[in-house]
Amino acid sequence: MASYRRIRDLDWPMILLALVISGLGVLQIYSATLGTVSAPAWWKQIVWLAAGLVVMWLMAKVDYHNLLGQVPLLYALAVGLLVVTPLLGALVGGSRRWIPLVFGFGFQPSEFVKLVIILLVARYLAELKSDRLEVRDLMKLSALAGVPLLLVASQPDLGTSLTYLPVLAMGIYLGGLRWQHTAALAVLAAVLVPMGWFTLKDYQKARLEVFVDPAKDPLGSGYQVIQSKIAVGAGGIWGKGVTRGSQTQLRFLPVTHTDFLISAFAEEHGFFGVVVLFGLYFLLLMQIVQNAQSAPDRAGMMICMGVCATLLFHLLVNAGMAVGRMPVTGIPLPLMSYGGSSMISVFMMLGLVNNVRLRRFVS
Amino acid sequence: MIAGVCQAVRYIPEERQSDATLNRPLIRDDMKFAAVKIAAFQWVIVGVFLFLISGFWDLQVRNEEVYNEKADANQIKSLPIPAPRGKILDRDGRVIVDNHDSFRLILSRDNLREEHLEPIALGLNLDPAELAAKVQRFRSRPTYFTISLKEELTPAELTFVEAHRGQDAFPEMELIRSQYRVYPGGGLAGHLLGYVSEINDSELNSAEWAAYNPGDVIGKTGIERHYNEVLKGVDGQRRVRVDKWMNTREILAVKEAVPGRDLRLTIDLDLQVVAELAMEGRRGAVVALAPRTGEVLALVSTPSYDPNRFVGRIDSRNWSQLQNDPGRPLFNRALQAQLAPGSTFKPIMLLAALEEGVIDDSFTVHCGGGATFYGRFFRCHKRGGHGKVDLTRGMAQSCDVFYYTIGNRLGIDRIAKYAEMAGLGQKTGIDLPQEKEGLVPSSTWKIRRLREKWYAGETISVAIGQGALTVTPLQLAYSIGGIATGGIWMRPHMVKSDSPAPARRAELNLANVNKVLNSMYAVVNEGGTGGSARVPGLEISGKTGTAQRASDALVRSGKLSAEYLDDAWFVGFAPRQSPEIVVAALFENGEHGNLAGPIVRDVIKAYFDKKQRQDRDGSNLARSHGPEPAQ
Repeated sequence: MASYRRIRDLDWPMILLALVISGLGVLQIYSATLGTVSAPAWWKQIVWLAAGLVVMWLMAKVDYHNLLGQVPLLYALAVGLLVVTPLLGALVGGSRRWIPLVFGFGFQPSEFVKLVIILLVARYLAELKSDRLEVRDLMKLSALAGVPLLLVASQPDLGTSLTYLPVLAMGIYLGGLRWQHTAALAVLAAVLVPMGWFTLKDYQKARLEVFVDPAKDPLGSGYQVIQSKIAVGAGGIWGKGVTRGSQTQLRFLPVTHTDFLISAFAEEHGFFGVVVLFGLYFLLLMQIVQNAQSAPDRAGMMICMGVCATLLFHLLVNAGMAVGRMPVTGIPLPLMSYGGSSMISVFMMLGLVNNVRLRRFVS
Repeated sequence: MIAGVCQAVRYIPEERQSDATLNRPLIRDDMKFAAVKIAAFQWVIVGVFLFLISGFWDLQVRNEEVYNEKADANQIKSLPIPAPRGKILDRDGRVIVDNHDSFRLILSRDNLREEHLEPIALGLNLDPAELAAKVQRFRSRPTYFTISLKEELTPAELTFVEAHRGQDAFPEMELIRSQYRVYPGGGLAGHLLGYVSEINDSELNSAEWAAYNPGDVIGKTGIERHYNEVLKGVDGQRRVRVDKWMNTREILAVKEAVPGRDLRLTIDLDLQVVAELAMEGRRGAVVALAPRTGEVLALVSTPSYDPNRFVGRIDSRNWSQLQNDPGRPLFNRALQAQLAPGSTFKPIMLLAALEEGVIDDSFTVHCGGGATFYGRFFRCHKRGGHGKVDLTRGMAQSCDVFYYTIGNRLGIDRIAKYAEMAGLGQKTGIDLPQEKEGLVPSSTWKIRRLREKWYAGETISVAIGQGALTVTPLQLAYSIGGIATGGIWMRPHMVKSDSPAPARRAELNLANVNKVLNSMYAVVNEGGTGGSARVPGLEISGKTGTAQRASDALVRSGKLSAEYLDDAWFVGFAPRQSPEIVVAALFENGEHGNLAGPIVRDVIKAYFDKKQRQDRDGSNLARSHGPEPAQ
């Protein structure tokens, strides 16, 4: 039984890609925080990276079927944590997302809820004895994913709550959707989106408005987008070189080592660097998809595809935001943005993928 | 560890459980159903990447230039380095006009946002409407021209600037070092120095200031204006890299400012002070020249004003107060007051009569208190008459009948010829702005100007310095100074120079000149009208003048207000031979020339006192060092 769970059976190409991307992230964090109070961020990120690798190994060891068995418990735990977060959480920038732990460390439960949702959707679909989803399934699945989503959105952290949607969408997509349902969902969305507008906070509305027209508020919410686009554009084809980007180094670019890390990367490494980086991400995602294809069962496949969808969504929103093609949200760039919770949750997801891979020959 | 916990509840997919427990038909856990969907999703991934890459392509490859420029605009700022204005020194090198270091707040117009103007104005105690108008004035200028907002910030204003000049507040604000003009003497020498102030709209539209920009500080009058180009220097520029908070991170290029040149004036501060003290509480002017060089030693106009009030931008209340002051403090009487010279014109008359030969040394007239010419009776200022008057007494007692007579013999055009020769009726060419010409009437002047023939009767008034004849105090000092040096008129000038000033010469019979000068000596020292200017031990020569502002008839009516009282003049020089200083004093409404005499006396005395002191100190100095012992 133990023979196939050796370290050499892990998906090394995938891990290697993740490490290279993380390494580029560390380099960029170093450059972006040079000479600021956040200067020690780069080595902290290395610590998080190391912790991530350990967590990944742990996540790979436990048979994912066992994890699936714990879904009700994990789900309850997740909802419970999200309920207490606003009570225990530290107020950062007008919202309570963080639970402070010892030594100034804290963690963001919403990051880990992603994993629970992935497992939840995987189990639900694996139990389904059909190639088609019924309305009842749709409702149940949406309700299950909806509870944590709304809890996170009310922190308020709209960006992170939206990252749960791609898992759900992937599940529904793979679970099999009738075209009538597709149409119904489209209608529902058409009704809900305008209604949702009124439930948004003012700054969220402002961000969306500014997304449509950044010049509307060049020094407020639009400032970030304008400065990010300048940073990216000024990078040109070959980039300005590490620690040479004026937008990054002179701090015109906001939150350079977290949300807008890719803008700093693009300024200092140019279009060439961006293409190389996206190439790495693409290979990583393809590797995950390949693991999905070779998964031993539906649940395993679903886990891999859930991870893939989550990462793709993060990449799309974060990098899209850097070039002004997505609204400004606090969604980090997976593996690169500075931050322990994000780093560990991504490696936990990669651990799940490895978990599935290690068990692909089970009959 | 996690494994251990999870081992407790092991999840087994239902299809793996024993078939018997389930009623539903089993669907094998077949992956094929999803293969197509996964393959399709791979294309979604490709699509997302293409979407993102096209976004980066758009910015980094297609619009690299645009964004590079914007990045530069963010970080690269051009800041002016104001050139320090040259100092103004007196002839001994004492500083009369200085600068002190200050901070100037300027408004950069590269990223100027209209809605920021009002909060900035309020934070700096400026009038928002005035600021908006200021910005408006710059509309046609390139955006790299900065607007100077305020000089000499208060601590509260500095705090406001420091707190708001970041990229996310009012990045338009920039603080630069500059110099602020100070006139330590306050009103001392105010008229000759002039003042600096911000250029105004009408100046900007004039040819003289065409090369200047809004916000420039220029000399408005006096030395500051005449030598503006010398004093101002050339502003430099600094291109710096700034960060988001507008802190300078790196200096990219510096074009140093070229400081303005210091100006050493010919003015002697000691004499200037003496002259101003002598004029205190009086309205008028004093001009002291060194006749043999043309150097202006003192130039006073009272009442004066404090040039410091104009520096920067004078507020309208202050300005109208100065404008409407009945004493006209902004009016530089020394070169702008054009008044009848009265009897101070008589030395020129006497010289003309001798040179033209209309009288000789033995010429006398009888003064019976007046004489009739062309059917009109002209009074002498002495009602009882002077009796028999020769040319020395005529000057010493300032007998009008004597001068009526020689004026009548000369005729207006010969009088005009000598008046013009002496420098009247034209600008002296002094290096100060807004000098006035005065007026020397002549028959051609009258025809050209009034289209009327000259009447011989008019000549009689001109002969005693009345009628249409007007001079400025500067002209009077200049003309008498030229005669005193034997017919050489050195152009008056304010700035020390190695090369001699341009001169005009007249071929005069020196014997005639000496007769005039001797009679002027008699005025002061031999019981003449100018006894008030006498200083024992100094050979001061001079001439009083009491010039009417109104006609005789009006004076007799006794209804005149103080401003129509006679002007008192005195012009004097010393020493008698090769004079070193000539001083003209105007005491407006002073009633008698004798009252202007002490003003001239004080200045001349101060000049020789100082000279004596310097000679003594100089010889002391020489003695203390001693000659080098011979080897």
